[in-house]
Amino acid sequence: MSETYRPMWEQLGLDLQAHDALLGVLGQAYEDIYLSQKNRPEGMGYFDFVMSEVHGLRIKELLDEKAEGRKIIGSYCVFVPEEIALAAKATLVGLCSGADFAMEEVDKILPRNTCALIKSSFGFKLGKVCPYLESADMIVGENTCDGKKKAYESLGDLVDNLYVMDLPQVKSEDGKALFRSEYTRFKEAVEKLTGVSMSAESLKEAIQTVNAKRVALHRLSTLRKADPAPISGLDALLANQVFFYDNPARFTESVNTICDELEKRIQEKQGSFPEKTPRILVSGCPQAVPNWKLPMIVESAGAVIVGEESCVGERGTRNLTDDSGETVEDMMEAIVDRYFQVDCAIFTPNPDRLEHIQEMVAEYKADGVIHYGLQFCQPYLMEAIPVEKALEEKNIPCLRIETDYSMEDVGQLKTRVEAFVEQLR
Amino acid sequence: MRFAGIDIGSRTIKLVVVDEAGQMKAGFLADTGFDPITEAKKLLAEVSFDRIMATGYGRNLFEIAFDAPTVTEIKAHARGARSFFPDIRTVLDIGGQDSKAISLFENGKVKKFEMNDRCAAGTGKFLEIMAKTLGYDLEAFGREALLAENDLNISSMCTVFAESEVTSLIAKGNNRLEIARGLHASVIRRAAGMINRVSSEGDIVFSGGVAKNPCMATFLADKLKREVLIPENPQCIGALGAALLAGQAMHPKSQSHGLPHL
Repeated sequence: MSETYRPMWEQLGLDLQAHDALLGVLGQAYEDIYLSQKNRPEGMGYFDFVMSEVHGLRIKELLDEKAEGRKIIGSYCVFVPEEIALAAKATLVGLCSGADFAMEEVDKILPRNTCALIKSSFGFKLGKVCPYLESADMIVGENTCDGKKKAYESLGDLVDNLYVMDLPQVKSEDGKALFRSEYTRFKEAVEKLTGVSMSAESLKEAIQTVNAKRVALHRLSTLRKADPAPISGLDALLANQVFFYDNPARFTESVNTICDELEKRIQEKQGSFPEKTPRILVSGCPQAVPNWKLPMIVESAGAVIVGEESCVGERGTRNLTDDSGETVEDMMEAIVDRYFQVDCAIFTPNPDRLEHIQEMVAEYKADGVIHYGLQFCQPYLMEAIPVEKALEEKNIPCLRIETDYSMEDVGQLKTRVEAFVEQLR
Repeated sequence: MRFAGIDIGSRTIKLVVVDEAGQMKAGFLADTGFDPITEAKKLLAEVSFDRIMATGYGRNLFEIAFDAPTVTEIKAHARGARSFFPDIRTVLDIGGQDSKAISLFENGKVKKFEMNDRCAAGTGKFLEIMAKTLGYDLEAFGREALLAENDLNISSMCTVFAESEVTSLIAKGNNRLEIARGLHASVIRRAAGMINRVSSEGDIVFSGGVAKNPCMATFLADKLKREVLIPENPQCIGALGAALLAGQAMHPKSQSHGLPHL
């Protein structure tokens, strides 16, 4: 794809040589990890195409939207409400944060003991290799963990369009009041950016568009309850990752197409893995594109991942936004209600998350849980220990993994994951 | 029928052959070197068997080269330890580049395990480098450490940092025996922490090459106030476990686990 898009990338200010290198690595990883899988649903062809064009056609679409007057908003977190962006004629995209890039440059700005996800977002900026970031008219940071909120202070020096949203840490009435006022402030900022005031009609439509994406993913999740599992965890994770990039309506349609196919597969008892393959729930930190390290290890160790308790997964898409309100105010309140339920580990205490993990273990008939923690991610690593303890009390095997985006620990991770899978057999 | 188990570790390759009753018939050991498959082939030329299973960090290499089934070191050590001590519920294995604590259910299945991540802290490699820094050969290192009368605290867990810490302790004129003792104690603190995370009571089987070091077993027992049992040839427990599992895979119904004598 590279030749056609070179002028576009050049215009965006990408470092073409570095970007070629990135695409080379990404393409090779995709081939090794994704295309080598057996018994994939045919509908995954769409996602293969999306990935092959992730820095190409999709960027061109976004630039075409911009030419027509829409604005592009980039985000790093599921607390940034897509409904508000869409209702005011902006498109929301997730920004690259799933691979190490330009780490020597990053080390000049961030302390070494910063999590891989934050470092990666800086690496993509400093290395000039994220066309999403360079296309964005507004970049939204959010005060979630300490690492991110302090890193945004430094990111502000690198970009001129950073908007920082504050978030509460406690789910109290006061916390919710802050949440509400920050969502109102964000709405106003988006409206100012696009010059479009949302109407009750546009907001309702936006809510319905985003809900439809979520409903499609809920349908996919439900189908993963079957044994044999009709789709690999890698492929399902990819659908959850593409959620953040794709055109919403087309995404919904493509996920539903896969689901139609999976329903047939289930009827025919066809799976991506044989029946009785050990089933694993992954819980913890988000896995952004192209961070496929853990599912690759798990699924090559002879287990299948049947659910992600993660921001890139059910934590991010679990609840729908009530679209029954008739006024902008009513629906804004519904949006606040919906997002305030997200059980991110930045909240204290955060009992809902443990309940959701246990619910998901039962729903998806998981044999064990792998708790995925990014090194230096205090909130999730802190929660990992009580989560493991609570699961063990219920005789649910749990393996705690702490890792980053590098490949240096793959050998040891493989041994640990394989031993965990042996335990489940 | 003969069953073989091969454990391709970071420092040495172990090969064990058992008969249908689980009796050990042969055992070999060689350095892993830089070409483990060639070394493995040399060992395999010495023995005959009907079925083989591989374990250790080189198991995937072996799987590709010989189309053999594999098992993780965790399950292999658990199985091997059980053949000596049928009721054991806790196993500590410290090898060349990793260490693991394993707790077992009553029936011998792995219940929970802990493993060091990514670096050599608290492993055989750590002790090997420290012995060299202090000018001991590996055999004498543990024996000498036991002779020290006082504790000396070594705080660095990292092999590189500990080496410079030892160098500065030598420069300050500290007693060599006490430094040796301090180094053993630091590895034991780490191993005891891993064991405590998986099991809180009962005897412990100590396997892997580091179990041959007498200071380690003594300190571990003192630290945890639990009995520490060392099988004969502790280095071969992983290979023995793999051999027994190769046999079990052949006769999955058979529950009789013979007790081999090395």
